Amino acid sequence: MRKELSASLLKLAHTHKSFVFLTGDLGFMAFEELESIMGDRFVNMGISEQNMISVAASLAYDEFVPFVYSIAPFVINRPFEQIRNELGLHNMPVKLIGNGGGYGYGIMGSTHHCLEDIALMRSVQNMRIYAPTYNDDIEDIIQLLLLDKNPNYLRLNNSVKRPSQVEPFTGFRNISKGKSGVVVGIGPVVLNIVELNEKYSLDLDIWVIGMVPFDTLPIELIESINHSAKVLTIEEHYAAGGIGELVASHILKNPTIKNTDLKFDSLCARGYPSGNYGDQKWHQEENSLGGKALENTLKQFFNK
Amino acid sequence: MDKENQDFMEERIKSVKRRFLNMYKCANAGHLGSSLSCAEILTVTKFAWMRGDDKMILSKGHAAACLYSVLAEDKQITEEQIATFYLNNTTLPAHPPVNKYPAIPFATGSLGHGLSIAAGFGFSSKLKKSDRKTYCITSDGELNEGSTWEAALFINQHQLTNVIWIIDRNRLQGYGFTDEVMALEPLDDKLKSFGFEVIGIDGHDYKALVGLKSKFENTKKPIAIIANTIKGNGWKSLEGKLDCHYLPINIEDFDLLQADLRN
Repeated sequence: MRKELSASLLKLAHTHKSFVFLTGDLGFMAFEELESIMGDRFVNMGISEQNMISVAASLAYDEFVPFVYSIAPFVINRPFEQIRNELGLHNMPVKLIGNGGGYGYGIMGSTHHCLEDIALMRSVQNMRIYAPTYNDDIEDIIQLLLLDKNPNYLRLNNSVKRPSQVEPFTGFRNISKGKSGVVVGIGPVVLNIVELNEKYSLDLDIWVIGMVPFDTLPIELIESINHSAKVLTIEEHYAAGGIGELVASHILKNPTIKNTDLKFDSLCARGYPSGNYGDQKWHQEENSLGGKALENTLKQFFNK
Repeated sequence: MDKENQDFMEERIKSVKRRFLNMYKCANAGHLGSSLSCAEILTVTKFAWMRGDDKMILSKGHAAACLYSVLAEDKQITEEQIATFYLNNTTLPAHPPVNKYPAIPFATGSLGHGLSIAAGFGFSSKLKKSDRKTYCITSDGELNEGSTWEAALFINQHQLTNVIWIIDRNRLQGYGFTDEVMALEPLDDKLKSFGFEVIGIDGHDYKALVGLKSKFENTKKPIAIIANTIKGNGWKSLEGKLDCHYLPINIEDFDLLQADLRN
């Protein structure tokens, strides 16, 4: 998604003079053109993420629109207190962009993975998370970020082109219709289920969350849950503070959902069960988020 | 500094101290020593150095009462609001609040944030080609925080001569003397090596502090001021001791200190 991000930011650089871009010393082979166009408004902040967040906060206070870029754990986990205090408490519209949410950095190892970012950002006052599913979602999201007066976190990952039948990015989308069960996911990992759903004709009703928090579940999703009484969530993130808990909470609180015989489970990252490392696909499979492990889980859960 | 300005500043400082002394006494609260340490610095910053839309960032947020008193002295906080210090439903908690007063752009209290916030304002001024200055008062204990040095590197990298960094060098931090906990000396050399023009000064000598103003205008380097101070300055029984960071003032010491601050 970095390529799409770069293209979208290039457009922004031409049209929005208040746009400033801060990077934590990253962007090789991605942001060179952006840098040449933006001049003083493109700042390599060095490897100093705490300072970068507070500087961005002051720029936002002065009505600049700062986008802050780094690898996800470095822009989210490392400067968490600066995000909480300067961005969250003050509702400063700084746009955090974390590349490689989940196991996106694959063989780079656990320090470069980010399995807590949704939980951390969900806990920050005023923060809104944007989670693209497809590469083409990025351009839509950048426009939404400009309109959003809250602090935001854009969670980038590796994905594919958006199919023509899928609607543009929104807070909640149905990306595949079906009647045998409901899947709710966040991020491109949900596409692993889309692929298996097509391959084995599982007839699943598949939804993706684009923005967190959200007020309520869509009516069509509620109807689908009531129809099949089976809900499975999927995320490349730890269970604690992730969307599995969030969706469960919304289901339990929703009086129009018949809870009594609902079958519910969450697929999520469990970290490093074997203690070994591989590429993103390998980590997904080890955590039952992809490959044969996911296939077995789906067939078992949905009785296929 | 002529006699009239000297009298003006001396009265402002005494008034600021009288007000926050009463605040701490009424609240039976600690941190009085921290406010006494930086009273002259904050008062001179507000009444002698700042102009127009200049900003002051109190990074050592635990001296909030001193900041509130300075802003009350400047009529930006009312005496009615001051009377609510530490009370339930107040806008004046022990550390500076969020979004309550224009003169307090960011809440502080977690150490090591202020210099980065000031650096952000300095960088913003540079982008806007504004001559606004940002004055940032840090403690010396918070120089333990790595983020302070991240900010220092950034200020030097971008030659933010519009950021004036004042270090309240009282040599005491949360649980001991700075040089016993995390030695800072030679602090001036450290700051120089980071690219700052370093000015050492008696942080309680308001006339000397006022006299620094001309240096801020044409400096070729970012400025860091090591303001040598005494924690709890004037609180005879506890000044220079760790106790003055935490303990409320007793009635005898309160009366003595108030007597010293009378005109």
